[in-house]
Amino acid sequence: MQPFQETPFSRRKRRNERLAQVVLGGMALAMVIPLLLIVGYLMFKGAPLISLSFLLSNPTHGMREGGLWSALLGTIYLVVMALLVAAPIGVLCAVYLNEYARDNWLTRLIHLAVINLAGVPSIVHALFGLGAFVLFAGLGRSILAASLTLAIMTLPVIIASTKEALASVPMSFREACWNVGASRWQTIWKVVLPNSISGILTGVILQVSRTAGETAPIMFTGAVFFKKIEAGNPFAYALTDQCMALSMHLYTVTTQVTNAPEALPYAIALVLVGAVLAVNATAIWLRSRLRSRKKW
Amino acid sequence: MSPAAFASSRPRRHRPAYQRVIERLVEGVIRACGASAILFVFGIFFFVFREAAPLLGKLDWHQVLFSQEWYPTSRANVRYGVGALIVGTLSVTGLSMLLAVPFGVGAAVFVSEFCTGRVKETLKVLIELLAAIPSIVWGFIGLSVMNQVIQALFPAPVGLNLLNAAILLALMSVPIMVSIGEDALKAVPDSYREAALALGVTRWQLVYRVLLPAARNGLLAAVLLGVGRAIGETMAVLMATGHAVNIPHSLFDPIRTLTATIAAELGETSVGSDHYRMLFVIGVMLFTITFIVNLLADLAVRGVRKR
Repeated sequence: MQPFQETPFSRRKRRNERLAQVVLGGMALAMVIPLLLIVGYLMFKGAPLISLSFLLSNPTHGMREGGLWSALLGTIYLVVMALLVAAPIGVLCAVYLNEYARDNWLTRLIHLAVINLAGVPSIVHALFGLGAFVLFAGLGRSILAASLTLAIMTLPVIIASTKEALASVPMSFREACWNVGASRWQTIWKVVLPNSISGILTGVILQVSRTAGETAPIMFTGAVFFKKIEAGNPFAYALTDQCMALSMHLYTVTTQVTNAPEALPYAIALVLVGAVLAVNATAIWLRSRLRSRKKW
Repeated sequence: MSPAAFASSRPRRHRPAYQRVIERLVEGVIRACGASAILFVFGIFFFVFREAAPLLGKLDWHQVLFSQEWYPTSRANVRYGVGALIVGTLSVTGLSMLLAVPFGVGAAVFVSEFCTGRVKETLKVLIELLAAIPSIVWGFIGLSVMNQVIQALFPAPVGLNLLNAAILLALMSVPIMVSIGEDALKAVPDSYREAALALGVTRWQLVYRVLLPAARNGLLAAVLLGVGRAIGETMAVLMATGHAVNIPHSLFDPIRTLTATIAAELGETSVGSDHYRMLFVIGVMLFTITFIVNLLADLAVRGVRKR
């Protein structure tokens, strides 16, 4: 008998291997195909409606005609405000956890809190925002209350991504800095943060898209079905105003507005998905570029 | 060694006084930010509980938990039975996990073990982008596309039902399972792989006999995080389930979930009314459920780290 002849056993082994590869690969592909299908279908249905004037004019005729301006601007306001609040707190919290915290009960409690904060359903965030910011703090339904709610929702993810970025700075960098006499904060400010800023920024940018897409937390804290503002003016909202938002607008047009043109919700969804995917793709591209440039 | 291990190294004494003051101030701010996470979690529980509290004593809990009668606006006889809503949430979460777990674990194994280089990076990026699609867009897809697809493929009168929402939830929770599951597989020491390969196993045998048992806890955590996400999802299930208070008997029955009920009804209640407070009671329930699920996931992950 030849030494390398295929036995029934090894044939089965080989067949199983190939089967596993095909089945598992198919499962991975099953994740990718819906993404392409969705984006493709939204483009097919919605793209004809999209133009610059569609983005820059206000919705009219009970939201059946006109553009997206007030919703688009509202989303931008909410995202910028939310991240302006969440990013500093989140980054400093991560600095605490990675650079200062010792392994004690307080640190474990903070870890537990961050994990649970990440798991709180978005609608519970909405209830919290309504109870705490709108009613208790007396902010009323406003951009401020809505963006604070969004800020608390994004906080745990920013903490997690920043912590990862800080942990990737080698210990020797810090040691070298301490050895020339720098204090803890000087070391963090001059060495740790500059070396991890790319990772921190990527984490924050990825949250732009998540914040922009959220609907439930803003529904009862500041977003409204319709709000008239001056078209084309980027400062048309005040922070105490209620606002429209793209995600909320999509919900309104699909479920509340009757006789809307068929392409309209597709166009809104396309703008939302397009913006979200563009921002995320940029962040991912940035991350891979910076990773490949790293010298340690 | 973590930077924190050196936390006892104090700034030197011959530093100028103002620098020492700044150092102290900055440290105080950083500590406060660190502790703020705890504050926020307690804050969420406190403020949701605070709005719910006045009603808690008045509720007939047996009716609340087991009755299917959700008539919050009835004039004659108001009933707050969330039994059907709980069953709705559990059924749509369970069904979506039946779909998502095999795909999530399978895709994680494929990405982690069966492909390398460019294919791997592309797949990971695409799965990350899938996770970025907002839930409202999923809901819209469910309402406009899946609705018709289900009506065309199955003998169902309406396409907005348990199956529709479960498929959407599966697609939404798979990316998180893949990324956490891949981390769990990556955490299995390479020496395990080398030892198995030295015995002449194929990659499938390696996955099935060595990696899956070794990464069991991490994969469990990945599944639990997916469950947490599915329970808490609001907008997609609001739009795709059909939103009828109903105990489902088949895949094509419309259902209603706890989250969707809050989202649909909170806008119509007046602040301080019993109906309003009941929605906050549901919020407390949701907070508690997801808290427990996340705690279990954390314990599972911790099990991985210990070894």
